[in-house]
Amino acid sequence: MAFLELNALTKRFGPVTAVDRISFNVEQGSFVSLLGPSGCGKTTTLQMIAGFENVTSGKITLNGRDLAGVPARHRGLGIVFQSYALFMHMTTAENVSFGLEMRGVPGAERKIRVARALDLVHLSHLSDRYPRTMSGGQRQRVALARALVIEPELLLLDEPLSNLDAKLREEMQLELRRIQREAGVTTLMVTHDQAEALALSDRVVVLEKGQVQQEAAPFDVYETPHTAFVSSFIGKSNTLPATLVSGDASGSIVECAGVRLQAGATPLAAGPVQIAIRPERIEVVDDGAVLTGKVSERVFLGNQWLLTVATPVGNLLVLRRNAGRSEADIGDTVGLAFRRVDLRILASSEAAA
Amino acid sequence: MSARTDYRHWALSAPALVLFTTFLLAPLIMTLVLSFRHFDFYGGIDDSVSLASYAEVLGDWYFYEIFGRTFAIALATTVLCVLIGAPASYFLNRMRPGFRSVMILIILGPLLISVVVRTLGWAIILGNRGVINTFLMDLGVIEAPIKMMYTSGGIVLALVHVMVPYMVLAVWAALQRQDPATEAAAESLGASPLTIFRRIVLPQAMPGVLSGSLIVFSLSASAFATPAILGGRRVKVVATSVYDEFMNTLNWPLGAAIAILLMVSIVVVMVAWNRLVEARFGRSYA
Ligand SMILES: Nc1ncnc2c1ncn2[C@@H]1O[C@H](COP(=O)(O)OP(=O)(O)OP(=O)(O)O)[C@@H](O)[C@H]1O
Ligand SMILES: [Mg+2]
Repeated sequence: MAFLELNALTKRFGPVTAVDRISFNVEQGSFVSLLGPSGCGKTTTLQMIAGFENVTSGKITLNGRDLAGVPARHRGLGIVFQSYALFMHMTTAENVSFGLEMRGVPGAERKIRVARALDLVHLSHLSDRYPRTMSGGQRQRVALARALVIEPELLLLDEPLSNLDAKLREEMQLELRRIQREAGVTTLMVTHDQAEALALSDRVVVLEKGQVQQEAAPFDVYETPHTAFVSSFIGKSNTLPATLVSGDASGSIVECAGVRLQAGATPLAAGPVQIAIRPERIEVVDDGAVLTGKVSERVFLGNQWLLTVATPVGNLLVLRRNAGRSEADIGDTVGLAFRRVDLRILASSEAAA
Repeated sequence: MSARTDYRHWALSAPALVLFTTFLLAPLIMTLVLSFRHFDFYGGIDDSVSLASYAEVLGDWYFYEIFGRTFAIALATTVLCVLIGAPASYFLNRMRPGFRSVMILIILGPLLISVVVRTLGWAIILGNRGVINTFLMDLGVIEAPIKMMYTSGGIVLALVHVMVPYMVLAVWAALQRQDPATEAAAESLGASPLTIFRRIVLPQAMPGVLSGSLIVFSLSASAFATPAILGGRRVKVVATSVYDEFMNTLNWPLGAAIAILLMVSIVVVMVAWNRLVEARFGRSYA
């Protein structure tokens, strides 16, 4: 039995189904991300777990306890809101101390626990400051300390890093992971940033339109996406419609725009499918090219080059490591090659067609 | 660059400054000068400087009573405005947007109508033959009319009606600055609804309540139309007695002295109040 279990959780707002029969588990001590595009129902799911939104149907079980009918203030969860929701009229220490006061923790113990929580987020020196006088990153840490100090069974984070600039966000990602490990708290984070989800989580749950698309470890969602949506949402991917000609456990043959290609293994039966390949898995080669095409666009990304190559099967994105040499220019004809296992076959979906 | 910007600051504020000096500062200074003139019932105002008018005000219990009554009325109005306006803004803030716009219009609507008209309305309602008394007497609840016109209570009632919109606006502005998620955050930390209101909502609304009080108090203390219509000659406040000195007794220096003293006392109250607010909330609401 998992620590947190969502069972066919559904939320309807009138005619809109915001969350559609979501089921997944969170193991004790793990860090799970709920990843999906804007409006896919992430916040709604989190709000239902937190107890701020009524459940239309389905079940939430935390540590063997059914949460139906338990009011938010008795759930004992630590929540970090997207806006941080700090109490502006209280100092850092007072903010952190609030939850302990509500639990009737005696003053002396409260002091010790507040100090420990602030130490964990490296904010001890700012304990007497008001939120208004602190930076975004510092406020975020206060919010984290405030949620952690009550030693919650479960920590819920709603896009905790989205208000920070890119550099600070990367720093805070590492911090967040360290803090979560040190506190050993089971964490469910909501994010629309796939890089963040991959970097932080033990497991990723990909949502689209209120439904779970895939639930797996970060490496697996990246390497073996189950659907065309996951494939294109997580990382960059070239996705093309194709026809599966034949296939078995060792590999398969697909036909794409009249070109026959060798692809990875698939359990699917012959018929229309989607093929997907990551830009970084395509090599530019002189001999043994699988496809040839003309470079139609070239973008310099610093450590990498992003080429768009027009091939007989369509435009392909190709990512090349910047090795200090000059790269193929627009208009050049290049040969492309890839390992057959990197050309993955996905079930064709009407939505992605 | 900084000298240029300085120059521009002045250039941009010039129109406001001109308006301010000609229409506010100049009359104020003239009033101040007037208050130091000597007045004689038979000779009128002469050019000699004297403190006689101030001595007269400060030495007469009659004026202390008027000042006392004025500030009591202003204080009562302020307290009632807080009690009515603060909860009103709280509910306003929690309403659905569409409904809220309608309610705001209803609350602010009275501001579109002249104070005189509204006060005359109150005179109709409160008079001895007014709506309330006629109704109660017809029902047989009371024998003789309850006296409401020409009482401090009547003035307070009408002033509250005039001033409540200012309070609502001030408190609502403070509530709007507040992140609604803070209430959810407090709830998730285990706070009961009452605790959330007391520890989270109220403290954040406090600056609004305090600034609203400041506005209501100073406007009420210097209000003229409402006390003039509902208090008449019988219940005098400072503003109406200034008017009487100017228009009836024709003792302009005395009227000017009273006006200056009223202004000074209101400024003192405002500054003291502001100090208090700054000391209490300055750090967190900079
Ligand atoms: N109170 C509500 N009434 C009606 N519809 C709602 C309400 N709250 C959310 N929705 C709808 O439910 C869907 C999911 O909303 P939700 O806030 O969960 O999205 P999200 O995944 O958190 O998106 P984002 O990344 O933009 O925060 C959206 O289509 C939204 O319009
Ligand atoms: Mg959201």
